[in-house]
Amino acid sequence: MRINVTVNGRQYSSDVEPRMLLVHYLRDVLGLTGTHIGCETGVCGACTVLLNGEAVKSCMLFAVQVDGQEITTIEGISQDGQLHPVQQGFWEKHGLQCGYCTPGMILASIQLLKRNPNPTEEEIRHALVGNLCRCTGYQQIVEAVQWAAQKMRGEI
Amino acid sequence: MPKLVGQSFKRVEDPRLITGEGQYVDDIQLPRMCYAAILRSPYPHARIKNIDTSKAEKREGVVAVITGKDILGKINPLPCAARPVPELKMPTHYALAVNKVYFVGHPIAVVVAEDRYIARDALDLIEVDYEPLPPVADPEQALRSDAPIIHEDLGTNLAFEWKIEGGDVDAAFAQAEVVVKQEFVNQRLIPVPMEPRCVVAQWDAGKQILTLWTSTQIPHLVRSLISGMLNLPETHLRVIAPDVGGGFGQKLQVYVEEALMGYLAMKLDRPVKWTETRRENFMASIHGRDQVGVMELALKRDGTILGLRYDVIADMGAYYQLLTPAIPTLTGLMLCGSYKIPAVRMTKKAVFTNKMSTDAYRGAGRPEATFLLERMMDLAAKELGIDPAEIRRKNFIQPDEFPYTTPHGITYDSGNYEAALNRALELAEYSRWRKEQEEARKQGRYIGIGISSYVEICGMGPSKAMPAGGWESATVRIEPSGKVVVLTGAHPHGQGEETSFTQIVVEELGVNPEDVMVIHGDTEAVQYGIGIFGSRGLAVGGTAVYMAAQKVKEKARKVAAFLLGVEENEVEQVDGNFISKSDPSKSVTLLQVANAAYDPKNYPTDMEPGLVATAFYEPSNFTFPSGTHVCVCEVDIETGEVKILKYVAVDDCGKVVNPMLVEGQIIGGIVQAFGQAMMERCFYDENGQLITGELTDYPIPKAHNSPKITVERIETPSPVNPLGAKGVGEAGTIGATPAFINAVCDALEPLGVKHIDMPLTPANVWKAIKQAKGS
Repeated sequence: MRINVTVNGRQYSSDVEPRMLLVHYLRDVLGLTGTHIGCETGVCGACTVLLNGEAVKSCMLFAVQVDGQEITTIEGISQDGQLHPVQQGFWEKHGLQCGYCTPGMILASIQLLKRNPNPTEEEIRHALVGNLCRCTGYQQIVEAVQWAAQKMRGEI
Repeated sequence: MPKLVGQSFKRVEDPRLITGEGQYVDDIQLPRMCYAAILRSPYPHARIKNIDTSKAEKREGVVAVITGKDILGKINPLPCAARPVPELKMPTHYALAVNKVYFVGHPIAVVVAEDRYIARDALDLIEVDYEPLPPVADPEQALRSDAPIIHEDLGTNLAFEWKIEGGDVDAAFAQAEVVVKQEFVNQRLIPVPMEPRCVVAQWDAGKQILTLWTSTQIPHLVRSLISGMLNLPETHLRVIAPDVGGGFGQKLQVYVEEALMGYLAMKLDRPVKWTETRRENFMASIHGRDQVGVMELALKRDGTILGLRYDVIADMGAYYQLLTPAIPTLTGLMLCGSYKIPAVRMTKKAVFTNKMSTDAYRGAGRPEATFLLERMMDLAAKELGIDPAEIRRKNFIQPDEFPYTTPHGITYDSGNYEAALNRALELAEYSRWRKEQEEARKQGRYIGIGISSYVEICGMGPSKAMPAGGWESATVRIEPSGKVVVLTGAHPHGQGEETSFTQIVVEELGVNPEDVMVIHGDTEAVQYGIGIFGSRGLAVGGTAVYMAAQKVKEKARKVAAFLLGVEENEVEQVDGNFISKSDPSKSVTLLQVANAAYDPKNYPTDMEPGLVATAFYEPSNFTFPSGTHVCVCEVDIETGEVKILKYVAVDDCGKVVNPMLVEGQIIGGIVQAFGQAMMERCFYDENGQLITGELTDYPIPKAHNSPKITVERIETPSPVNPLGAKGVGEAGTIGATPAFINAVCDALEPLGVKHIDMPLTPANVWKAIKQAKGS
């Protein structure tokens, strides 16, 4: 099937099998390998991307379901070589170790901060419940999101 | 140049990882690449009567199908590096099952296809005629005389027996005023690195070189073992471990899939990729722990420990992986913990069952030891009516007693156990919580306080005590432009050694951090190395980097002396420059030295050009990080739910290069221990079926239910290495588990609950409360 998708602001037109997962389309067809696969069952969140600005798990969608829509992946969130504040926060606060969950974690955090620019620790922890990390124990991820929230509110 | 060692320097790895520009194995795409999928046994124990692959082979897009019979004599069996006793029973571990399958997930056939979807489709077209055999799921059942024998050629399910002993244990128990006894289960766990395993293999028919990209902690050991399995000269196999998405011991392995993909790439002369699904990862990548045993502690009434003994059955699974038989022996080495225990004995039976192999999972044998002993300390304290902090104090090895040798011959390097305990109690407000606990009990609320004082054996380790070498290597190369390349055999997978090694080199050579490039994980680029596991990255790998930097600095000093026209001992290094001590106006930069070394027109005839040094560091002993953790919790006795109110960790990992990285390791480890304590259990039913086969059935800690940790450190430098570092990667999983369990058991003491086996799910806690009430 032919699909037309905008990914990170660029338009793509591709022929895909109806059963191809969105995450495989992004990784194998478009070569955007920053989106990772950790479970293929929608539990771990490593494959989180933004679909029309909303965080979705790209292993839970077929590529054909996003025909005509807009996707943002980890490769598309820095602007003019400037890291997104959430990316900066993860670097500042040691919010990552092996880095495998990080792209999904960052995109889920971006969605949270769009909805709630001043989240409490508890709100951050609940917003990230769909994204698993085995390295950090989440504490420094929470601090990274808090740092980013402050930065986005112009307090840092 | 500001000092970098000891600073929380931001990670040099991060820019690529936060932008999606990291490269994990599954990110690699090669021209003409095909994809493999693996047919795995649904039975734990069965005879394979026939395999029909004809339909799969005819499926459009299928490139090849292979079974166990196809590779007999072409891929040698997978070796195991550990042999704790000479009479160890060694099952033959073929890459694919030949006549029998031994566990659910046992690989039977590989399909290679033009894309990953077709490969998986074709698995359904393979017809296997199985004759199911009675499975052995329970390790105790495995030893019964009527138990089915898993490896018929071995004639027994007993893999080996092992004993370690020091002091007069029988006398200790004869003199005991009190003996405390408890059965413990250290349950089977699944490591769950977020990146499943992945292998890409490419054959260069021209150079006759096989390249294997694999998600591993030990690229050089993979090269050694896989070249042996494939009958390739080691020089014709290149192993690359690019970014690795967490290991936790599950990737401290050599797996049959690595040999299979290498074989297929050579056979087909096309690149082949295999990406593990999460379900495969749960079925067929190593599990951890799995010991059932009874511990007894002999004490005087005043709380002085006289001796201990531990009798255990350890579940090996169906086969050995790289280190399987060695893991429970590590439990034995650390049974005395932080205490002066004059007599100790461990007797172990290691058994085969129809399950996936156990092996090193973060802590590897030592979390078991800490869990057993720290639970026993609490049980003894309660039995004797002594405060749990006090009984620990009473038995601690004292700071002036190091180096301290246990009765079974383990020599601890340094420590101050009481200082860590005191600071942890202070930070946790121990006395206040004891009062609060008393008040709460009057109101029918159940607060508990748990202490764990641990010591671990890390910095692995002296080669004489290691299955495959315990040294580490590093090369420091100053390029003609003055930029520095570090080649380390210690390939990290999340711990941040690109950063800490950069800090060490910056400190030694006085260069800018941005001028240092740390390279690892490629056997063609890097001299032979061992890898990162056993909390050895900094203590062993970092020391090798430090030594290589020292060596190259010495060479640079010689060149500088020549350029300055002074004696070598007249040269002083200040920041990045070399200065004449007698005439400080005379100086040369490192860049001038590098220029001279690589363009030696005006150069002493007896000196080699170039500015490179390699060091192989062999540690003289292990290191022994330690600390005390305190957990405060409240238990809802109606639901069995446990709420962590406070968690304090005071750790001693020796001298620290980067406090931020240390904090990350400790907190991450504690939350992983929290997973074992509260929710995780890899569960096979009595038929040998893996019930926890997906993340939906095997919960790991999530952001909303993970405790918040307060971290502090004390510092007793290790005398073992020049960095004074002890290692920190496993401190959390080794130290924390008993703190959680002790807290819950302390909370439920008034109800008569003595012990609850992990994990403390609400259901298990609730059941324990009901049982205690019933009795």
